[in-house]
Amino acid sequence: MPDVSGMRFSESHEWVKHDGDTATIGITEYAQSQLGDVIYLELPTVGQQLDAGGRLGVIESVKAASDLYSPVGGEVADVNQELKDHPEYVNQDPYGKGWIIKLRAIKDNPKLLDQKAYDDFVKGKSPT
Amino acid sequence: MVVTAERTPLYEEHVRLGAQMTNFGGWLMPLQYTSIREEHRAVREAVGLFDLSHMGEVRLKDDAVAQRLLTRDLTALRTGRVQYALLCHDDGGIIDDVLVYAVADGGYLLVVNAGNQDSDFDWIHSHAPDGAVFNVGREWALVGVQGPRAVGLVQRLTPSALSGVKYYAFIEGRVADVACLISRTGYTGEDGFELFCGNDDAGRLWRALLEEGQADGIRPAGLGARDTLRLEAGMRLYGNDMDDKTNPLEAGLEWTLSLDKDFIGRDAIVRARQRGLGRRLVGLKMLDRSIPRHGYRVLHDGRPLGVVGSGNVSFTLGYNIAMAYVPPALTEPQTRLEVDVRGSAAPAEVVALPFYKRPHPK
Repeated sequence: MPDVSGMRFSESHEWVKHDGDTATIGITEYAQSQLGDVIYLELPTVGQQLDAGGRLGVIESVKAASDLYSPVGGEVADVNQELKDHPEYVNQDPYGKGWIIKLRAIKDNPKLLDQKAYDDFVKGKSPT
Repeated sequence: MVVTAERTPLYEEHVRLGAQMTNFGGWLMPLQYTSIREEHRAVREAVGLFDLSHMGEVRLKDDAVAQRLLTRDLTALRTGRVQYALLCHDDGGIIDDVLVYAVADGGYLLVVNAGNQDSDFDWIHSHAPDGAVFNVGREWALVGVQGPRAVGLVQRLTPSALSGVKYYAFIEGRVADVACLISRTGYTGEDGFELFCGNDDAGRLWRALLEEGQADGIRPAGLGARDTLRLEAGMRLYGNDMDDKTNPLEAGLEWTLSLDKDFIGRDAIVRARQRGLGRRLVGLKMLDRSIPRHGYRVLHDGRPLGVVGSGNVSFTLGYNIAMAYVPPALTEPQTRLEVDVRGSAAPAEVVALPFYKRPHPK
């Protein structure tokens, strides 16, 4: 099991993990499994301001292009450059080396879900 | 309104293999089992197994009607041979692209696109005498075995000598002790077979191929890989790269037209050629990492003048590709164009089709 302790989740299937005054953002296991093979990410540049729930970028899989949303607000502090050549990291390790961006000067979002609430949310969506 | 997707006789196999299912042309089909990238690679490097049972089959027993409805002269098509051809409206618009099998007991078997099978049948039926045409798509399962190791794999499961079955030919035989029509055709750009069998036998055939193919590195492959494979091979997809507003000449399918015979749509196609075409299908190679997709606009010096039919990543080539309609003046290889990707003009250049040809065609 991947370590998702301390993570919170959005209903658009991004995760955020706070570490001091920065926050790391990625997409969830459920999101990567629904997207299938990720082939390209269009991401913001360092210094850009993002709103909580605002558009963060675009993730492209073989199937489709999908918008990414930022679970919290803040200023882009870092972008995972590894994903340029290895977008498949998002599929292989969405909570680890498939992280997408880091923000600083965080504006928090009280509407995020904890792990239990997110798991229930995903179960409610599954087609079984 | 509740629309229920149809299931192929292999539905339970896909569920057991953990496939992600999708509605395609009214059929519930495997989109992928594990990864489109891995399934694509298996077909290019080893062998992939496809459920194609959603495809339609129409049995047409009247040679004269077939000759009038299909764009290609069938008189030279010998029994046991297959041809790619089109059905067109009076105005030259493409109704469907089909494979025509000259079967042993007379007339033809047409293999048509899944989503068109009922409308194709109705259209053919409206041009044929009673008792000449039958909609048999739901009586047949179809399993594709594609890739450089496909022929060897199928050969191990059949007493028939497959070396004598040339590309676009077929025989009747048994594979894994299942009665099949063994057809050396495909929609991937690789060598291999498409095996038609009765619905009740499909599971047995599927499992036997998967088991025997373990030694070859076989993978079940879904419609996702089928789409990226056929795009690399420059094969048009009906509904994306052509439809009933597309003239076959625009789609680059003049080789499927026998304009010296009379068929429905012929006169309109000849007139369109005389008038001059407004657009033609070309291959595009993207010069950055942007991914072109169906419906995206194609620009020249910033002006929109074309549209993408199909586009995606090419796993085999390592860059992104598209087939697109552009004005005839811009169809020369190396012509610089752009694709409007979410408001940015992504650079592209015209390249010859197909994008990919297998290294050692047989």
